[in-house]
Amino acid sequence: VSLWREEFSVHAAEEHYVARRQFGKFLVLTSLGMFAGNLWILAKSLLERREALPALPIGRVGDLPAPGAKVFRYPRENDACLLLRAADGAYRAFSQKCTHLSCAVIPTEDATRLDCPCHDGAFSGADGRVLQGPPPRPLPRILLEERGGELWAVGIDLGGGDR
Amino acid sequence: MRGRGPLSGRSLTAIDGAIALIAVILVVQMWLLTATLEGVLAGHRSLAVPASVISGLLFLGAFSLYLFLMRVDRGVRARAAAEASKEAKPGPGAA
Repeated sequence: VSLWREEFSVHAAEEHYVARRQFGKFLVLTSLGMFAGNLWILAKSLLERREALPALPIGRVGDLPAPGAKVFRYPRENDACLLLRAADGAYRAFSQKCTHLSCAVIPTEDATRLDCPCHDGAFSGADGRVLQGPPPRPLPRILLEERGGELWAVGIDLGGGDR
Repeated sequence: MRGRGPLSGRSLTAIDGAIALIAVILVVQMWLLTATLEGVLAGHRSLAVPASVISGLLFLGAFSLYLFLMRVDRGVRARAAAEASKEAKPGPGAA
């Protein structure tokens, strides 16, 4: 074997072979990443299940005209929600984040419908279900309680049955 | 390039097959991850446990295939090295 072949021993076939091994390694690491993603979802859902949601006052009963709507924050300062009062005087509350791409939904004047201006999605003001457009899920419903003439937000119902 | 260097037709087919299976497992895991996320966001939190177990099993399958791939690779390389050293030794009739 000549000296230059020893010094520059690059064989195309072997290079392909190494590329296959490396590709296999890349695929397996990506598979590990997918598993880690599933574990992350599991950890997050377990932590959220353990974390008790606070009860917060959101206004006095009767302050809101019927029909009408008001923005409040629940459970954290960054989570905007909508308190709706239908024409019959019933209160309902939903998260203001569209379940498609998190744009803020806007209630109609009669508070029967919540429109998302980003992609023409719409939700029912009665139960938060999707009426039209791309949103994949209903709006999370904020659970309300009346305590001593005041309305309190006490929890969130995502609609799946698991709290 | 088949049949040249350390590559032989059978080992290359085994390696290609293993890589194809790992790719299929990966696609299933991607689907599982998006479906789990969608389900958990919709309030079905109990989905997260079986989805994690299945994803873990799929990862173990992919890792086993990778170990098989490495074993085939090592075997082929060892055989190629043995053949090369045999060829390098001068025969009894060589001057």
